[in-house]
Amino acid sequence: MKTLVWVEHEGGAVKDATLSAVTAAAKLGEVHLLVVGEGVSAVADAAAKIAGVGKVHVADDAAFGHALAENVAPLIVELMGHHDAFIAPATSNGKNIAPRVAALLDVMQISDILSVESEDTFTRPIYAGNAIATVKSKDAKKVITVRGTAFEKAQRDGGSGTLEAVASTGDKGLSSFVGAEIAKLERPELTSAKIIVSGGRALKDGPTFEEVIFPLADKLGAAVGASRAAVDAGYVPNDYQVGQTGKIVAPEVYVAVGISGAIQHLAGMKDSKTIIAINKDEDAPIFQVADIGLVGDLFKVVPELTGKL
Amino acid sequence: MKILVPVKRVIDYNVKPRVKADGTGVDLANVKMSMNPFDEIAIEEAIRLKEKGVATEVIAVSIGVAKAQETLRTSLAMGADRAILIQTDEEVEPLGVAKLLAKVQEEEGAGLIILGKQAIDDDSNQTGQMLAALLNLPQGTFASKVEVEGDSVSVTREVDGGLETVKLSTPAIITTDLRLNEPRYASLPNIMKAKSKPLAQKTPADYGVDISARLETLKVVEPPKRTAGVKVADVDELVAKLKAMGVAA
Repeated sequence: MKTLVWVEHEGGAVKDATLSAVTAAAKLGEVHLLVVGEGVSAVADAAAKIAGVGKVHVADDAAFGHALAENVAPLIVELMGHHDAFIAPATSNGKNIAPRVAALLDVMQISDILSVESEDTFTRPIYAGNAIATVKSKDAKKVITVRGTAFEKAQRDGGSGTLEAVASTGDKGLSSFVGAEIAKLERPELTSAKIIVSGGRALKDGPTFEEVIFPLADKLGAAVGASRAAVDAGYVPNDYQVGQTGKIVAPEVYVAVGISGAIQHLAGMKDSKTIIAINKDEDAPIFQVADIGLVGDLFKVVPELTGKL
Repeated sequence: MKILVPVKRVIDYNVKPRVKADGTGVDLANVKMSMNPFDEIAIEEAIRLKEKGVATEVIAVSIGVAKAQETLRTSLAMGADRAILIQTDEEVEPLGVAKLLAKVQEEEGAGLIILGKQAIDDDSNQTGQMLAALLNLPQGTFASKVEVEGDSVSVTREVDGGLETVKLSTPAIITTDLRLNEPRYASLPNIMKAKSKPLAQKTPADYGVDISARLETLKVVEPPKRTAGVKVADVDELVAKLKAMGVAA
């Protein structure tokens, strides 16, 4: 099988989510990449070095600058004329674009796969990860999104892909980019961090969240996450949310502070290697999945922990 | 402008799903079912646009079993004007749902179609994007803010790094994220009133759409279980554990 993998990139660099998607694609056969954007030659060069890749299709055009699905999907559909599968990491771009491609190809997408069982059979989580379904696709071509935490990352070097420019399919005139508020991260990114410290509603408000959680995260060199309740309450922005419909993470260590452990939150972090929970309610469901639990008042315990590290 | 809002009947948000012992799926017998939470947000947004005078009519549509009528009645009680049930006992995949909705849109000519970004049962996150593709319309997915301005709509989207705003020509497809609004509860008088609002009954055959499944579910199993570990007595013990793990120096 010949697969086409969506290269997720930012600021001229290939993001880790791409590397997991490459690993998934390699299980299906030949791996080709697609780099889409405006001024993406550095990304294309970096992509060509990823271990195991063949052709790197490069679509560099102003119409692709913000990866608008309306403009990008027709391009992918054209390339799918000579590929058997389109694979995207389950990032916000991947989730936005892949189903549009699938429908144009009259293919039923397989979302958020956890494993490749064979050329047409995959496992994927349903019901917030409370069940794992094994599904077999009857479609001739496959459209797949990949859960990054479920696959090893391909090596960033060792590959010698060949670059091939793709003609732009142009601006379809349906949508335009207006602006973005992208947070400047001073800490590791959630989906690729080795350690995450997450806070819940118990943190009271935004300033308290920062005061309690941030110093601990910085001590540990950790990314900061949050439960839906903390995001809804406005303590931190939406991109901090870990859960069924937020970010899915699986770090080496996940520290849950003042998070009760609703199934929707657990869905986003229960594959973490070690879970540490700090909560004053000893019956909180988070303790049922935690490897190490500490029952106590987080306002006392967390600063003490930060101080002692 | 009409607004079309597809809604899905799913397992209630607060119920922990149980996998059937025979591995064929999740046990939904005698389980509380509700409207998909993201669809409630979609209905709410449509009603607010009607209250602002932007929309003239809100139409809820559901594809599913006869009991999906209850979900539609909830939509009507919240403030939708009328409902369409496309009844089938088959489990319809997002692609099939999108094809049916495309036919509904051909009849209704809505200016906006607002959908939940994903259903909390199959967690596919596909239908809105697929519908946009089939109708060749723009899509504003994972919306946290929607502003209609003449014949275009500005949609602020929740993306991996933060927020992004796009401008779409109408008609357009919007899918909702959690922060778009807080759905209202239907009042008792409105629940009573909803009973007399029109609810059209259709079948997939009425639309001539092939909804046969493209994915075959071979089995459904429980995920590997995590077991509770140890509780530490105090911070010192926790620090010792972290040091032993090599997390702290």
